[in-house]
Amino acid sequence: MADNLLSIMTFFPLVGMIALLFLPRDNDAMLKSFALAVSLITFLISLPLAFDNVFKTSGGMHYREFYEWIHVGEFFQMNYNVGIDGISLWLVMLTTFIMPIAILSTWNAVKKNTKGFMAMLLLLQTGMLGAFISLDLFLFYIFWELMLIPMYFLIGIWGGSNRIYAAVKFFIYTAVGSLLMLVGIIFVYYYAIQSGSPVNGFGVQEFYQLNIPYGAQFWLFLAFGFSFAIKVPMFPLHTWLPDAHTEAPTAGSVILAAVLLKMGTYGYVRFAMPLFPEALQTFIPFLAFLSVVGIIYGSLVAMMQEDVKKLVAYSSVAHLGFVMLGLFALNMQGMAGGMLQMINHGISTGALFLIVGFLYERRHTRQISEFGGLATKMPIFATIFLIITFSSIGLPGTNGFVGEFLALMGAFESNLRWYAVFATTGVILAAVYMLWVYQRIMFGKVTNPANENIKDLSAREIVIMAPLLLFVFWIGIYPNTFFDKMNPALEQLLEQMNNQQVAIVEVVQPVVAKVVDTK
Amino acid sequence: MENLVQEAIQNVNLHAVMPSLILTVAGMVLLLVAVFSPRGKTAHIAWLSIAALIVAGIVTIMGWNDTQYGFAGSVQLDNFAAFFSMICIIAAGLAILMSDEYLKRENFPVGEYYPLILITTAGAMWMVSGTDLITIFLGIEVLSVSLYILAGFFRDQVRCNEAGLKYFFLGAFSTGFLLYGMALLYGVSGTTKIYDIGAYIQANPDVTTNIMFIAGGLLMLTGFFFKIAAAPFHMWTPDVYQGAPTPITAFMSAGPKAAAFAALIRVTFICLEGMQDQLITVFWVLAVLTMTIGNLIALNQKDLKRMLAYSSIAHAGYAMVGLVAWNEIGSAGILFYMLVYTFMNMGAFAILVLIGRSGEANLTLDGVAGLGYKQPMLGVAFCIFLFALMGLPPTAGFTGKFYIFAGAINSGYIWLAVIGVLNSAVSLYYYLRIMIYMYFKEPEEDYSWVKIYPATAVSIVISVIGVLYLGIVPGSIMQLARMAGF
Repeated sequence: MADNLLSIMTFFPLVGMIALLFLPRDNDAMLKSFALAVSLITFLISLPLAFDNVFKTSGGMHYREFYEWIHVGEFFQMNYNVGIDGISLWLVMLTTFIMPIAILSTWNAVKKNTKGFMAMLLLLQTGMLGAFISLDLFLFYIFWELMLIPMYFLIGIWGGSNRIYAAVKFFIYTAVGSLLMLVGIIFVYYYAIQSGSPVNGFGVQEFYQLNIPYGAQFWLFLAFGFSFAIKVPMFPLHTWLPDAHTEAPTAGSVILAAVLLKMGTYGYVRFAMPLFPEALQTFIPFLAFLSVVGIIYGSLVAMMQEDVKKLVAYSSVAHLGFVMLGLFALNMQGMAGGMLQMINHGISTGALFLIVGFLYERRHTRQISEFGGLATKMPIFATIFLIITFSSIGLPGTNGFVGEFLALMGAFESNLRWYAVFATTGVILAAVYMLWVYQRIMFGKVTNPANENIKDLSAREIVIMAPLLLFVFWIGIYPNTFFDKMNPALEQLLEQMNNQQVAIVEVVQPVVAKVVDTK
Repeated sequence: MENLVQEAIQNVNLHAVMPSLILTVAGMVLLLVAVFSPRGKTAHIAWLSIAALIVAGIVTIMGWNDTQYGFAGSVQLDNFAAFFSMICIIAAGLAILMSDEYLKRENFPVGEYYPLILITTAGAMWMVSGTDLITIFLGIEVLSVSLYILAGFFRDQVRCNEAGLKYFFLGAFSTGFLLYGMALLYGVSGTTKIYDIGAYIQANPDVTTNIMFIAGGLLMLTGFFFKIAAAPFHMWTPDVYQGAPTPITAFMSAGPKAAAFAALIRVTFICLEGMQDQLITVFWVLAVLTMTIGNLIALNQKDLKRMLAYSSIAHAGYAMVGLVAWNEIGSAGILFYMLVYTFMNMGAFAILVLIGRSGEANLTLDGVAGLGYKQPMLGVAFCIFLFALMGLPPTAGFTGKFYIFAGAINSGYIWLAVIGVLNSAVSLYYYLRIMIYMYFKEPEEDYSWVKIYPATAVSIVISVIGVLYLGIVPGSIMQLARMAGF
């Protein structure tokens, strides 16, 4: 079991999806329970990973599995090559953790074609987990693209009124980016072969050792970085996100925010940054600038939204700006803060989308102006919403504070000092738009008669929110549980990126010396 | 003189043409059977044709790794020919499977249809195994003449007649180019055997600047470009594909196109190797033109058959990227891609066979609105084919494109690969549009007329299996393509 833990975890939802297809199509309760059971079992399978102390001591890859997959002589070779380290560990856990919550949240929301909906969710989970555990670029690409298909249908079939536009936009944006990355992947592979360095299929760890010349790195970083930047999404490639989020059903929004966006940031940490460190140095000022613009722009636009779901979507753009800024700091604080902020964003924004979902289920509108004074009618909801709001703002004691603080501190201590200064205004803006929307929805008098009989959260809804609240405080008060296992991997990553730059300098300098000599 | 005859007889070696011989004989026997069968009864002819294809397929597979030369070096049944022969056999088999009920529905169950498909396939096999310009020409003619008839098979339908006539005129025109080019090449080198022409050019490198040689090569290639429907020689494709009976359209876009690619690869890689530098430029330009034109025009199509016709032009463009690469990966990539394309495209057309009403009335985007809910299995299968045509993993469309683009990148044509993937991105839109209508729109009709014909369903299932198998565990077949490539 332990040998194949990652594979079992990854493909269990797929097996569950296939089994689901044989269940009767009309029995909604059975379909939902079955999907929930599958996602819960997947979570249980993944649970031993979180308690494994090996991540505290070693930053390398663990739970490795390796099988030959496509071997075509000297043409190309791909392997089933998977494993996780402290970086992917928490993202994997986030995925398996958020999935049962997402499924539970659809209990009353999805009425049309439940079977297809559940099947798509489970397929999506296999795609997401596979992308996080892949150590072979070809395999990663397969899972990366596999995520597109279910998300497309989730938005397109079960989404809101403008769903077709949103679904197609989502699909084409992400696909264009990843197709360019595919060219980059193939190029890296043949570069590795032709330069004679040892390769292991498309294994990314072997590619880390390559000394790709700067000229090629530039274009490769552009190809990879563009693809991941669309997914993050970074300003100005973010325009698909508000559409997709607004139109997607609640479960789709939760997964999109909690996990899918992390694919982009994870792609930077795992692939774009360590593979092309020299080009990264060139692009960092530009990317950091875009991150800061994203933070400020996202916050300002969020402030002006009439639709609460759009507001949360734009706040995502801002939050991921913090993540990216932390990562580009390229020091321990920044990277750790960025990584933790990925998890935080998954929890708090996921929770915010659930909250929007609760409101929508009750009133079938998301216009902020339709609400007001709900605090008296829904005390439990008010409490939970407030906690999540604080977490999203980054109030000390909640998870958001730790991540944002570290990310900003890291950036401040690196070359990105002035970027960090401007980014900090985003924290204030976040407080403005979040507290303002909370005030408009919850406080004051009930002016709209439709809100008179609004019901407080049901037991199911409280059960959905409880685990999220637990982690809001856990990460906020004792984040070391997470840092302990993340840090060795991040240290190794930073060390290796520094070595690579040194290695390139060593290769280049003798050549330069030679040129000088001949003169 | 007597010696020559004797030598020729010794050189015959029927093994080299055995698969096509089986199909030719079966085709002629079945023509007679059709004459003596009662009108309207064609199922037994279809099944016998499939049996003949299976036998030919087994013979082809048994000849793997055992190259046979025949007819004084004008036929060479090597792995390359065997691979392409199998593609043609699979295409013909799938086309026949989806034909019988279709012909009944269209009220034209005529037995001659199946022997014609067999003879087309035999012609395709001569094209892929011919190593003499004359043999290749013979193959092209046998293939084309049978296809002219098949394309205009429903003689009482105007559109079908138009397809047949258009195909005939433009086909004859292109054959003229081809033949003229071959004649000029013969004039330069004094032989029609492609290996001898290649050797002659190797021995006399200055001939590559000879205007007669260049003109001959280009004219001949023009003929091939017509057959593979490369832009700007693609004008016949949309009308012919739209007007021809759907199974024939499916067949034309897979089998004969693959055969034309085979002949094109063999002739360029052996005969015209001396012109490599110039030809790569030509292929580069044509590949870009072909995929771009195909994809851009497909964006605006509402008729599904016509959309797939333009998509098939685009796919020929992707395959041509393998020609530009001009390396082993590229040429093996074309082999693999044509196989993949056979499954995904014929599968898509098989679905059109099922959802079309008599006279193919509703093969438009509106005609499939909400189909995914009323016919869930068909919907899922159609989606698999569409995702494959887009080139998304885990389908064969992705691995096929990967193979070809890997060839191009390995040869350093990175910008071509970039143009190729951007074209795929453009194509996403019109394939997605079909899915939008199938799933994101409410059904306007109950689709009660859609009957799942068993034989057609079998062809769909085979295609689905092919698309998924070649997409998830393509290693072994990719390896075969590698052994078959140049």
